[in-house]
This record gives sequence, structure tokens and C-alpha cells, in this order.
Amino acid sequence: MSAPVLEVRNLKRDYTSSGGLFRAPKVVHAVKGVNFSLAQGKTLAVVGESGCGKSTLARMITLIDAPTAGEILIDGQAVDSHHVTHEMRQKVQIVFQNPYGSLNPRQKIGDVLSEPLLLNTRLSAAERREQAMAMLVKVGLGPEHFNRYPHMFSGGQRQRIAIARALMLNPRFLVLDEPVSALDLSVQAQVLNLLKDLQEEFGLTYVFISHDLSVVRYIADEVMVMYFGDVVEHGSRDAVFADPQHDYTRTLFAATPRADVASIRERLAKKAALAQ
Amino acid sequence: MPLLDIRNLTVAFDTSVGLFKAVDGIDVSVEAREVLAIVGESGSGKSVAMLAVMGLLPSSATVTADRMEFEGRDLLSMSTADRRRIIGKDIAMIFQEPVASLNPCFTIGFQIEEVLSEHLGLRGRAARDRAIELLRLVGITDGAERLGAFPHQMSGGQCQRVMIAMAIACNPKLLIADEPTTALDVTIQKQILDLLVRLQAEHGMGLIMITHDMGVVAETADRVIVQYEGHKMEEADVLSLFENPQSNYTRALLSALPDNAVGDRLPTVSDFVFEPAPGAQS
Repeated sequence: MSAPVLEVRNLKRDYTSSGGLFRAPKVVHAVKGVNFSLAQGKTLAVVGESGCGKSTLARMITLIDAPTAGEILIDGQAVDSHHVTHEMRQKVQIVFQNPYGSLNPRQKIGDVLSEPLLLNTRLSAAERREQAMAMLVKVGLGPEHFNRYPHMFSGGQRQRIAIARALMLNPRFLVLDEPVSALDLSVQAQVLNLLKDLQEEFGLTYVFISHDLSVVRYIADEVMVMYFGDVVEHGSRDAVFADPQHDYTRTLFAATPRADVASIRERLAKKAALAQ
Repeated sequence: MPLLDIRNLTVAFDTSVGLFKAVDGIDVSVEAREVLAIVGESGSGKSVAMLAVMGLLPSSATVTADRMEFEGRDLLSMSTADRRRIIGKDIAMIFQEPVASLNPCFTIGFQIEEVLSEHLGLRGRAARDRAIELLRLVGITDGAERLGAFPHQMSGGQCQRVMIAMAIACNPKLLIADEPTTALDVTIQKQILDLLVRLQAEHGMGLIMITHDMGVVAETADRVIVQYEGHKMEEADVLSLFENPQSNYTRALLSALPDNAVGDRLPTVSDFVFEPAPGAQS
């Protein structure tokens, strides 16, 4: 078997806040030792509430933030997080939560998509344009969108653009930080479908960060549950959903709204009983 | 008599490319002690319709309605001063972004006490005690210390609780919640929804939940209005809506829930052929 696309060993990150003149500096352990490995074409979902360290984890594996301790291996090669090579950077891309904030409002979509090529390759302007155009079509937009600005697009379309930008350099894996939580239900469905299609076409590997368990159940192969910087549960999707082991995972399941007729009946019956 | 009764509400915005009708002929009525959910995607006019009730729309909006009555009193024809006596007291609203809806320059204690002094004339110690009691009602137990906190010192869920405390400060008869949990985590969402439903039952309020999340509808509503592009697509009680949706759009919304994925793909709204909205402009 070939080396996993992404492997993480005992990854830790501490943040130190300066305490001021008379106070000792405070150390926050945002991520307290995470281990996992991820094979090509698979999706790992990282679940947890805000503040549990899932975005810090995302920043470390996208090589934005250097870990305090631990190792990141991409395609079996260890990454030196203080001197990240161009080659390594190209293997990892990220899509952020807020499609309104992650695109430069003064940059045309064509330029948004060609910029990674301009910075990382020696392609000519015509070639860059051609590739950007092709990617635009691939994510379900049209060549006519090439010269438009971000404000002319809806949230779902902007998220498509962000995904297209992330794919321009043919990355090995993609970190998706809550990519659909700012979107409407039906647009969310479209973007999730697009992600599945792209994964099939390019053999992409995803690290999918979310707090929405129904989305996770749909897209993930493996699920990792984080709670205050610790991994409290890690397993295949079916195992975690069928038989959650940790209390916190069960709390998460209990908190997810249920939209089936039986649970609505139950709720209405309870309410009627209370009213009497 | 319904608590809030709206007939044929139309809200039009004057834009550079002509008049845009965000809400087109909507009827809404809420009984006392009822939870009504208004569901729709962004742009369906669900928030705009309720902002029109609150009188919070910008001057570029034109609001017309055959009837817009609260407890039998016409909201449209009454004077601004009379209306302000109702808004914020008998009808209160909470918004989607709790951190953005609170004023960052003032402590939450000041902001809650401001509501109390404006509508109930409570000042000083009386206002402070009531504010602490309100915070306790919404699940903030260390209220006395929290009164001195600024919004940025609290989490999103805590800020939403403060917003709810401000909204229920004057025991409103109708509470309008505009996507109250969209910006929050599932565990916090559950707490906030439970809180709203509990307060609604205890205080006998009418509650309008504006949301795009069918899960939230299933967990809270008695009756549901489904809205699309300014038109009402369907109105039904919650059970029949989920059991037997009448309009194609409702069916589309329900099937776009990831829980209902058939095989490998999620159905999207465009997979469903639409009946045109009644009276839709082409």
C-alpha cells in the first residue's frame, strides 16, 4: 500500500497570551496531541464545537501555523514547518467558511483563479487564462463569469470560486473549514454534490471541518470528534454514527435537530401533555 | 382574535433598476401562545416581512398591506410615537448575529437596563435587580458579575442569551426570532431553541421563528409558512408539512436535508420542476 497522503503524529499547539506587567503569561493548549493518517481519495471529518481546536488543527495541516510539537507528513515526507518549501505548499489548499470574506473584492474572478499559477508556475498569461477558464467550467460556473467581481456572485457561487481557486495547483489534499455552514440548505446540497464530484474526478483527499453532523454523515469516510483540544473519538463514519463511545459525541448527536415525522409527533405529544 | 394579523403584505424596494418586490402579497397570522415558523432561503423575503412589522426597514422600502393589526390595532395608520410604544415592548425581535446586534461600546447591563427604563420606567436598583433576574431566566447564573461585561468578552451563545433577555425584558406578547441560531454550534443551538420554546410556553408568548433550517422547524414549530421569492408556497401545521408536503418547493427543501440523501447525491432544488409562484412576475 502506498504512503498515506497525510499523516499527523502527536500534533500539539499552544498559544501563549502575554500576561502583562504583574500577571504570569497564560498558556492555552489549543490542540493536545492529535494522531491520524488519511489515504488518498478519502474524507476525514473533524467535528466539534467552536473553541475545540479544530480550526487550529486546520491551520497547522495547511502549514499556515507551525505546530508546537509533533510531525506532519505529506505523501510520506516530513514537513519542516519553519521552512516550508514551494513544493509542499502546492500540495495543500484550504477553503474557508465565509465565502464573503475570503475573496478580494477588488480582484476579478479570472485573476483570483490565475494568481496561484502566476506565483507558483512559469506558465504564460494565455495558458494561465485557459486553465482558469477550464476550472471555472468544472466547478459549475461559466466562462462569462471570468471578468466579474466577487460582489456580483451569490454565496454559493462564491464558495464554488473559492473551491476552484484551491484546486488550481492540483493539490494532494484540501482542507475544508466549515465550507457549507454559511450557505442555505439547497445551495449547501449543490456545493456538497460538487465536492463529491471533484473528489471522484481528481482523486482528492479532504479534511472536512464541520459542526453539522448531518453534513458529516453524508460526506465523510472517517470521523474524528474533538473536545477541548483532545480527540475523544475517531473511527469510520458508520462505527461512530452507529455506536458513539464518548459522552460528548452522544451530546452532539442529541443536539442535532431531528426532522423526521416520528420525532415531531413525539415533541407535539410532549407539548400537549405539558399544556394540560 | 389573532395576535398579529397581516393581509396581503407587499414590500417593494426602490432600486436603480426599478421597483423590486421582496414580499408580494403575503398573509401571516399568529395566535397567542402559538409558534409559527417562516421558512425560506435567503432572498425569499422572510426577514423583510417581519422587519416591516417592526418598522425597521430603510426609507427606500414601500410597505403596503390591506391589514396589519396587532391585537386589533392597526400598525400602519398609528402614529410613530404610538408604534414605538408597542415595538420593543409588546413585540420584540432577536436577530441572527448576536455579537453584531449588541452595542460593543456599552456593557450588557447598561443595554438591558436601557430597555427597562425606556419601556417600564425602571431605574437604579430596581432595573439592576430585574436585569439579573432576566439573565437568570435565560440561563446566565452569575448575572451580577456579567452585567459589567462587554459583548466581546462573551461567546456567541452567551450574547444570544443576552439578546433574548433584552427581548423578553418587558414580557412581550409576540417574539420574532430571525434565524436566532444560524451562527451558533449545534450544542448551543439546542440550548437556545430549548430556551426560546420554554420561555414561549411559560410566558404564553406568540413566537415567530424565521429560519432556513428544516431541522429547527421540526424541533420548534406548531405551524409553518414556506416562502419562496416573496410568495407563500405553502402553509400547514408542522406534522402535515413533513408528512405530506403539498408544494414541490417544500418537497425540494425537505429532500435537500443531508439526512435524506438517496444514494450518493443530494437532490437540489433545481432538480424539482417548479410550479410558478402564484402571480409571479416573469
